[in-house]
Amino acid sequence: MTITGQPTAIVKPRPRPTPTSQPFWDALRDERVVLQHCRDCGSWVHYPRSRCVSCLSDALDWVEVSGRGTVYTFAIAWQPTAPPFDDEVPQIIAVVEIGAGEGPGEGSTVVSAAGARISTTLVTTELERLRVGMAVEPVFDHGADGMTLLRFRPVDEAP
Amino acid sequence: MGLKGEAAIVGIAEYRPERKYSGRPMFDLEQWADLSALALADAGLSSRDVNGIVVSRLRESPHFVPATVAEYCGWSVNLAEHVDLGGANSVGAVWRAAAAIELGMCDVVVAAIAGRPPPPQPDGAVDPLIARQYAFGASSAEWGSPQAEFELPYGHIAQNSGYAMIAQRYGALYGYDERAMAKIVVDQRTNACANPEAVFHGKPVTIDDVLNSKMVADPLRLLEIVMPVSGGAAVVVASREVARRTRHRPVFVTGCGEHLAHKTPTYTADMLHTPIGPAAESAFAMAGVARSDVDVAQLYDCYTITVLLTIEDSGFCAKGEGMAFVRDHELTYRGDFPVNTHGGQLGFGQAGGAGGMSQVVEAVHQVRGEAGDRQVGGCDTAYVSGTGGVMSEQGALIVQGG
Ligand SMILES: [Zn+2]
Repeated sequence: MTITGQPTAIVKPRPRPTPTSQPFWDALRDERVVLQHCRDCGSWVHYPRSRCVSCLSDALDWVEVSGRGTVYTFAIAWQPTAPPFDDEVPQIIAVVEIGAGEGPGEGSTVVSAAGARISTTLVTTELERLRVGMAVEPVFDHGADGMTLLRFRPVDEAP
Repeated sequence: MGLKGEAAIVGIAEYRPERKYSGRPMFDLEQWADLSALALADAGLSSRDVNGIVVSRLRESPHFVPATVAEYCGWSVNLAEHVDLGGANSVGAVWRAAAAIELGMCDVVVAAIAGRPPPPQPDGAVDPLIARQYAFGASSAEWGSPQAEFELPYGHIAQNSGYAMIAQRYGALYGYDERAMAKIVVDQRTNACANPEAVFHGKPVTIDDVLNSKMVADPLRLLEIVMPVSGGAAVVVASREVARRTRHRPVFVTGCGEHLAHKTPTYTADMLHTPIGPAAESAFAMAGVARSDVDVAQLYDCYTITVLLTIEDSGFCAKGEGMAFVRDHELTYRGDFPVNTHGGQLGFGQAGGAGGMSQVVEAVHQVRGEAGDRQVGGCDTAYVSGTGGVMSEQGALIVQGG
């Protein structure tokens, strides 16, 4: 198939859940953060997979976490990372670590020391205060298409 | 174990990089034939000698690339390899060719990477594959692709912000000297000014020029990011026996390494310990070469931070000391640690996927002693790195004059 004329306008990409990832997106819609947790090795698994990224076990449970975490790193994009993101400039592209020190909770002895990394953006107007390692909390960004994106903001910026 | 150093780069060809391509548009297949003819002529070999190919992405045909290339060029080959390592295709192609030659599968292998624009499609039609690729960088937008689901919706697209995040974390952990980062650009531009082929030949810059250039993805500025150009390059790798009847000093492939563990840097174990570490370790050990034996280092340089981390993780200085290393050493062709003597992709230009091949080609020029004004005296041993994605896949070569 070819498109005639100019390239069709590229719209902002939206997540399309898979059977494996559906619980993650369902939880976000309810303003909860869930991660897969491996019963065999105690690791968090993110993004969602059919088997554990650390040991390939299929004994994965969905576990709710606080969603609070720390900024692993970030970058401020003063040019859109792709044309559809023109309206988000400056984009605060970030990697946040969540779930560190949290675990499946009651009845389990397994606590995950290492967090799970998640690709996201930070929501703040105070760019100069951004730091690697700063504490952040979830911002549930509900879209008109029924999908909720998980963004983060510095903890002391709660409204 | 490893390569025995019985295969050599015996022929090279490289299109002059251009910011605005002035020639006839060419399909990738046409560039393959053209670059191969030039590289074989450089070697003094004929098309009939070719019995192996290493290909990468081909615009005209995403599938069955080796067969398509062999058929177009009229070759019947015993090695039909397809590498898919982005900017590490260059280094990856060379070691695969050398390994297959040492195994006795073939003795003359061509590896080319096209980088010139194709003719416009009839009636202005746009190939949807190409359109989507431009929209989403190197990420897959297909359903079920982790990038489509967990990166693209957040604007984690293309390379700038990924490399900027690595630079940001580097600064947080080890300190950030923006003047040292700028010096990488300045030194490589000095090299470009000694290379008439470089796109920035005749255009020196200062540290302040770099610091005054536009902030693109904080902390990376415009002049710290490669300039896209048209171009393309090819190498011919041959056995020691074949090399004896070629025209130039053979440049033997004596060490190689490759490493990858992720596509998206979010998921790497440690963003600041890059895959070039294990790749370089393998290459140096295989070649039996010390870091101090390296006469020139041709380091993949899509961004300044790539050069900095490649210097550290290749073992030329300790982790966290890269900024000081750059301050303390002159990285030009007349300096004490010559890096990217052709100008690097920052100064020479990045011809798409062929960008990394410029580093291989320059290593050959230097070892042959034909680099003109930018020649490093007594150059026998070169270290070459390749980098794909966002520090995702990396490869290393040691090449040495015969
Ligand atoms: Zn596990």
